[in-house]
Amino acid sequence: MNNTNHGSITQKRRRPSEILLYGLIFLLAAFLAALVVFIIGYILAKGLPAISVQFLTTAENPIEETVGIFPSIVNTLYIVFFALIICVPLGVGGAIYLSEYAKNKKIVGAIQFASETLAGIPSILYGIFGFVFFCVLLNLHVSLLAGVLTLTIMVLPIMMRTTQEALRAVPKSYRDGALGLGATKWYLIRTILLPCSLKGILTGVILSVGRMVSESAALLLVAGGSAMYMPRGSVWEQLSHSGSTLSVELYRYAMSRGDNSTAFGIASVLIIIVALLNLLTRFVAWRLNKR
Amino acid sequence: MTPVKMHTRALNLFYGEVHALKGVDLDMPEQCVTALIGPSGCGKSTFLKTLNRMNDTIASVRISGEVVLDGEDIYAKNVDVTTLRKKAGMVFQSPNPFPMSIYDNIAYGPRIHGEKKRIVLDEIVEQSLRDAAIWDEVKDRLKKPALGLSGGQQQRLCIARSLATKPEVLLMDEPTSALDPISTSKIEELIDELKRDYSIVIVTHNMQQAARISDYTAFFLLGEVVEHNTTGDVFSNPKDRRTEDYITGRFG
Ligand SMILES: Nc1ncnc2c1ncn2[C@@H]1O[C@H](COP(=O)(O)OP(=O)(O)OP(=O)(O)O)[C@@H](O)[C@H]1O
Ligand SMILES: [Mg+2]
Repeated sequence: MNNTNHGSITQKRRRPSEILLYGLIFLLAAFLAALVVFIIGYILAKGLPAISVQFLTTAENPIEETVGIFPSIVNTLYIVFFALIICVPLGVGGAIYLSEYAKNKKIVGAIQFASETLAGIPSILYGIFGFVFFCVLLNLHVSLLAGVLTLTIMVLPIMMRTTQEALRAVPKSYRDGALGLGATKWYLIRTILLPCSLKGILTGVILSVGRMVSESAALLLVAGGSAMYMPRGSVWEQLSHSGSTLSVELYRYAMSRGDNSTAFGIASVLIIIVALLNLLTRFVAWRLNKR
Repeated sequence: MTPVKMHTRALNLFYGEVHALKGVDLDMPEQCVTALIGPSGCGKSTFLKTLNRMNDTIASVRISGEVVLDGEDIYAKNVDVTTLRKKAGMVFQSPNPFPMSIYDNIAYGPRIHGEKKRIVLDEIVEQSLRDAAIWDEVKDRLKKPALGLSGGQQQRLCIARSLATKPEVLLMDEPTSALDPISTSKIEELIDELKRDYSIVIVTHNMQQAARISDYTAFFLLGEVVEHNTTGDVFSNPKDRRTEDYITGRFG
């Protein structure tokens, strides 16, 4: 009675358009992968020869004409570390407030819109704002601290955004279950929402670190453009001095001095630092998840 | 006549413009099983959720009328929702274990209410899992994630989780709809046991189940209670034509 012939189910049939699409996607993916490998490989190939113990552990010495980036490495880590310490709790807290507590949907929408706009404006504007507000008005001068605060404002929207997405992705049934057992909102946040959003929050951290490490224009304005001296004194003294990060140095070596081999050396160090920070973040995530 | 544990008067609920409950008056007697039956979308789950204020979380919901538990209006201003939900626990329509271990799922409720001692928690976890007829299946993997259980096991886990807070009223939304006949009859036996200490309100689509386990039955239709009586009367001698049609499967 059934006279439609569907053919054997063991016979794989692909329509030509499907094959074409599949091939195209494959090519595209291969191209992207090759591009990434090529860029990183190229930078490392040109940069690694410039890296030596002296390069990594000393400051630049114009008299002996040696190059060293130790101060910039320290400045970079300082800025990233302190900016994260401020913006992670602030961003996560803000996101929790906006998505779990705030009642007035209009205000939430307005804040959302503002933070999206902030995420999109060019970083030099943060630099100018930071200079006028932190360096001049708050009298912090051109310093690492001003850099930390400026970058904090810059990456705060990223932190808030990713945390909010992560909170939104927690299934409603978990909330119902917990509230149904009598959990308060704060208990629900602590025991379910935050653990479930950990991955998203850490994605925010990784994105923020990337943005901070790669920032040059804004930092040139608020944190200064030189790193001639070896770090000394207390943390606080460090923060109140000016100093350049690796990206700022990279920019200076490549643009104003035309010293490409040093620039590639710095680029290689940057890539390695970002990779290490990402690994560290993943490790933290893994440890927290195991608990 | 058994004393009434919970009752509602002129209970109306709106989801925005949708009038989901229309003037519901219902008494739920103590240490009895009250079954809620009716076609899909008639407001059974909605009604159940108003009994421990689970509708509070939905912004568009408006409620009028009263819901009274042990003589106190649960929608009064000074009500502590945490205590209310400890007294009136809920098992949801679809199983919703938390993404944590089986043990931590069961201990979740007691921990909310301040229980920290390991020995006490161990005891509660074992007893709740036994009561929900799932202890033998999970006793060797209490530390494993609850999400690794089968759907039916997850539902019994959720029942155990509600029992762990020692509620006085148990609100169950189709607790056996995802279970095989064996676990279903275990849960039914459990309900029969539990009603010695608890007052139970259960939503079910299974007429035989309602007839088997409940003492009172309320028939919902389009947000209204059409008929409410002892289960015997509702099933053998329905007063309303629509109840009879529904029970005998002639519509719905
Ligand atoms: N969160 C909500 N927002 C808006 N309308 C809702 C919401 N929840 C339920 N409703 C509506 O309220 C009515 C009653 O829904 P309810 O879930 O209480 O039905 P039910 O009797 O439990 O059905 P079922 O047997 O299918 O579970 C339906 O018309 C439904 O569309
Ligand atoms: Mg329902």
